[in-house]
Amino acid sequence: MEDRSVLELREMAENYKYDFKDPYLYKEVFEKGLDEEKVIKISKIKGEPEWMTEFRVNAYRIFISKPMPTWGNTEILNKINFDDIHYYVRPEEDHKTSWDEVPEYIKKTFDRLGIPEAERKFLAGVTAQYESEVVYHSIREDLAKQGVIFTDMDTGLKEYPEIVRKYFGTVVPPEDNKFAALNSAVWSGGSFVYVPPNVKVSIPLQAYFRINAKNMGQFERTLIIAEEGSEVTYIEGCTAPVYSSHSLHSAVVEIIALPNSKVQYITIQNWSRDVYNLVTKRSVAYENAKVGWIDANIGSLLTMKYPSIYLLGEGARGEIISVAFAKTGQHQDAGSKIVLAAPNTSATVTSKSISVGSGRASYRGLVKVYKEAKNSKVNVQCDALLLDPESRTDTYPVIEVHQPNAAITHEATVSKISEQQLYYLMSRGLSPEEAKTLIIHGFIENFVKELPMEYAVEMNRLIALEMEGSVG
Amino acid sequence: MLKIRDLKAKVKSLDKQILNGVDFEVKKGEIHCIMGKNGSGKSTLGHIIMGNPDYEITDGQIYFENELINDLPTNERATKGIYLAFQNPIEIPGVTLANFFRYTTKKFYSEDIPYPKIRKQIVELLGKFGIPEDTMRRYLNEGFSGGERKRIEAMQVLVYKPKLAILDEIDSGLDIDGLKNVVKYINEYVEQNPDTSIIFITHYSRLLQYLSPNMVHVMINGKIVLSGDMSLAKEIDEKGYSWLEDSIKT
Ligand SMILES: Nc1ncnc2c1ncn2[C@@H]1O[C@H](COP(=O)(O)OP(=O)(O)O)[C@@H](O)[C@H]1O
Ligand SMILES: [Mg+2]
Repeated sequence: MEDRSVLELREMAENYKYDFKDPYLYKEVFEKGLDEEKVIKISKIKGEPEWMTEFRVNAYRIFISKPMPTWGNTEILNKINFDDIHYYVRPEEDHKTSWDEVPEYIKKTFDRLGIPEAERKFLAGVTAQYESEVVYHSIREDLAKQGVIFTDMDTGLKEYPEIVRKYFGTVVPPEDNKFAALNSAVWSGGSFVYVPPNVKVSIPLQAYFRINAKNMGQFERTLIIAEEGSEVTYIEGCTAPVYSSHSLHSAVVEIIALPNSKVQYITIQNWSRDVYNLVTKRSVAYENAKVGWIDANIGSLLTMKYPSIYLLGEGARGEIISVAFAKTGQHQDAGSKIVLAAPNTSATVTSKSISVGSGRASYRGLVKVYKEAKNSKVNVQCDALLLDPESRTDTYPVIEVHQPNAAITHEATVSKISEQQLYYLMSRGLSPEEAKTLIIHGFIENFVKELPMEYAVEMNRLIALEMEGSVG
Repeated sequence: MLKIRDLKAKVKSLDKQILNGVDFEVKKGEIHCIMGKNGSGKSTLGHIIMGNPDYEITDGQIYFENELINDLPTNERATKGIYLAFQNPIEIPGVTLANFFRYTTKKFYSEDIPYPKIRKQIVELLGKFGIPEDTMRRYLNEGFSGGERKRIEAMQVLVYKPKLAILDEIDSGLDIDGLKNVVKYINEYVEQNPDTSIIFITHYSRLLQYLSPNMVHVMINGKIVLSGDMSLAKEIDEKGYSWLEDSIKT
């Protein structure tokens, strides 16, 4: 398709405004499949500024022109049928699953985790509202006093267009990869966080508390800006399984950590077992800033997620701690990307994966050290635990160093549970599932320690639950 | 309590016969000793009672409290009240002693007892057996000395309070003071819990002087060839095993 001029696009968009009065065309936006006109309509329905419409259209063209990735689990990946997907769902019409449709295993997990009734309905997509509004409002007021912005991305774009425009798409440009391009074209929901200079947000911002803000969308887009000297922790997801009627989830998260700021982003994701979770998460850290990704991937059919940190300013530091849990039929393709482009920068990566049954966990890591990164340091530690003979793990590390005095270490271990270890633990009363859970508990202890208390407790409970009935 | 009838067993992977028809019985509250040279099949017997997947029963029966347990999963044997202190406890890197006890005690203690209380008891017991509290942070059996392993294996009798405890070579690897200490607490426990049955397995009689077993059995080539009282142990102490071996051959 040849490039159209901005003028033409604008003209098209103008016309669509009228088209929306036509109920038939309006309906079309919500039908399956995607084309350029639909992208424009989505933007117009949301009443977005023109630059965003153009951004989306440009991203759509990139999405079309980019081939599917030829690495990773292409067998599962190529099963995605892009024509069979809803790219925009009217917010008030989303979450129309009935409780009966929710798979039994998910209901059981809600039970066992003790998730309150109102939350269950939300997590299962039965209701769009989660009654935590009251809690959220008081938190929001405290934040507002400090000048912190914490809202959904759509509202962010409406109310703070200058900030959004300055940073949106600068860390993850649509050109980055096919799924980032798709997200850029059709994004909806996600969070917008802005922390003013020197403000230290004392409580973690939990997307969970503001669940009704559509942030568990299919193509959510999160943008976090930490101004100089500020500090913030953001938590997304929860341990409860999230049932979704959409099979493709492709999120983009961008973090900008300005000099001397600290940002920590915690994810616990437990998608239902039919979901493709293809996420681009990237952060840039300037002088002496510190960025941390703490990332747990439990559910989904296929996850492809490689949180990245670009250390652009002198003395910037990064940390990635991740856990992936792959059960039979699941592939967790996770990893990290560390780019060091300034002197005295350092990063550590700790990746733990657990494969159960025929589950498969891969670690894909890139460390790139530019010539500028004198006295820089990177430590990568990947530990895989295989619980069953059919379990699988692979490691694909790539290290590219252009600065000879950089200190890079990469260590990978694979452990298995022997029959005699299992027997020993069983001789002390533990069932095989409990014995394996105990071993996993030890394996991920360092990760769990990083989580806020209530998440840590839930995480351990969830692992125990996941192991129940998975042995056999 | 425990009744074993004509038990024959082999190593699964090697198709190697190790037990060649073991018969014996332990009643409630009785203390038995199984003696025998290295390689006679004593540990194998303990493992088969516990259900070690390395071995396969080819003939015979094991009854625990009148229930046939030949095919019962190991963990169910444990929760029914059988405990085996391993001669060679297995190392489990990554699992701290603290986590290990947190999980296992759930199986033997009422849910109403808060874990910190159980943990306190365990730390006290470890102390009695000569194990410092900070060992709780170490990985299960990894890098533990022979003595440490034995103390912790023996001490777990007092944690899980089994109906039948099999203590395999609890004396090897322990110095004499350590051994006295372990036996003291086991004897004290048995006094307070007189229904507990205990099988001590040992290839040498050093241990026996501290015990007052109801019966002593001698195992040779995967068979119990002779059973008697303490005087049998004394005889072995004096004469060794060879006279017994000779008497079997003829
Ligand atoms: N898992 C095993 N694999 C191979 N051989 C074994 C195994 N277990 C025991 N054996 C063999 O069986 C015999 C008896 O061993 P064991 O029961 O350990 O004797 P004891 O405890 O009386 O010293 C020995 O010859 C030993 O090598
Ligand atoms: Mg032995």
